[in-house]
Amino acid sequence: MSIADIRLTHFDREVYEPAEDSYMLADALKDEWENVEKGNPSICLEIGCGTGYVICSAALLIQGNGVCFATDVNPQAAAATRMTLAAHGVHAEVVVGDLLAGMEKRLAGKVDVLLFNPPYVPTPDEEVWSGKGEGGITASWAGGDRGRVVIDRVLPLVNDLLSPSGILLMVLVHDNDPPDVANQLRLHGLDSKLVLTRDADEEKLHIMKVW
Amino acid sequence: MRLITHNMLACNIKGVKSGFPLKIEAETVEVKEAELNPEFLQRMYPKLEWKAFVDAAVSLNVTGLPDEVTPALLEDEEFLKKFHHALLEIHVEEGALICPETGRRFPVQKGIPNMLLNEDEC
Repeated sequence: MSIADIRLTHFDREVYEPAEDSYMLADALKDEWENVEKGNPSICLEIGCGTGYVICSAALLIQGNGVCFATDVNPQAAAATRMTLAAHGVHAEVVVGDLLAGMEKRLAGKVDVLLFNPPYVPTPDEEVWSGKGEGGITASWAGGDRGRVVIDRVLPLVNDLLSPSGILLMVLVHDNDPPDVANQLRLHGLDSKLVLTRDADEEKLHIMKVW
Repeated sequence: MRLITHNMLACNIKGVKSGFPLKIEAETVEVKEAELNPEFLQRMYPKLEWKAFVDAAVSLNVTGLPDEVTPALLEDEEFLKKFHHALLEIHVEEGALICPETGRRFPVQKGIPNMLLNEDEC
């Protein structure tokens, strides 16, 4: 099995359950993998791992040829991720923290595959996680104005993080204004395109590939 | 937390200039075998801060790593075994990471470091 098995994914009420967006991101990673493999990827990183479904899929694909890192602001998510990884017999380094959790300097220019399923739901700005202390379940989906508050914190970091052949795969919804996201990335010298689109219950989901 | 992660972590408190490397205070350490992949080790070596890695290993009583690594060593089976063991098989399960500049403790529980900051640290 090259992507994670939902039956082996550890659930917790306080952690974002894998949903259509998680599956799409894992599917997009699997689709891209043939290309990614050509560059001999060493380092995968997921920002916001939730139950670990996506990073587990990455670990299954990369096996011993690379190392996977995963971060989350919710300690329960990190714990769930650890269990999901163990259930699949794979390993990833899990760290509780905001965005890059203190790894941004050391990982600069080294991330071959960056994965991000952000809190993308448009909400009042007050509902967005403050950045201090622990994040709970709301931190997994509340995205503030246009659902962009957390996305916009990550976009300026991408170019510095990615290795020369590195890519970012990121979930976006229509409300996040993907063309504007693409423009922001272009200002940092990055190209992007939507590689997967699906209609879920309440929203049109996209996976954007950035390089 | 394995030493590969420790080598990537730095204290991210606002204003801290020398937050790397973090000092490891280990309460529980486990050894879990992993398959040795020489090619991965060779690719990973240039991405590491070698001195910080060796010092961290020594602090966990894992010795035998050289101060300098030559291209020849990266092909040497004995060296690769030691490198692999220290990088990927030592797990700090319980303990803390200490910022060298501020002394701030970041707990490590069940193998997971917690780098979340407080109100006054962001």
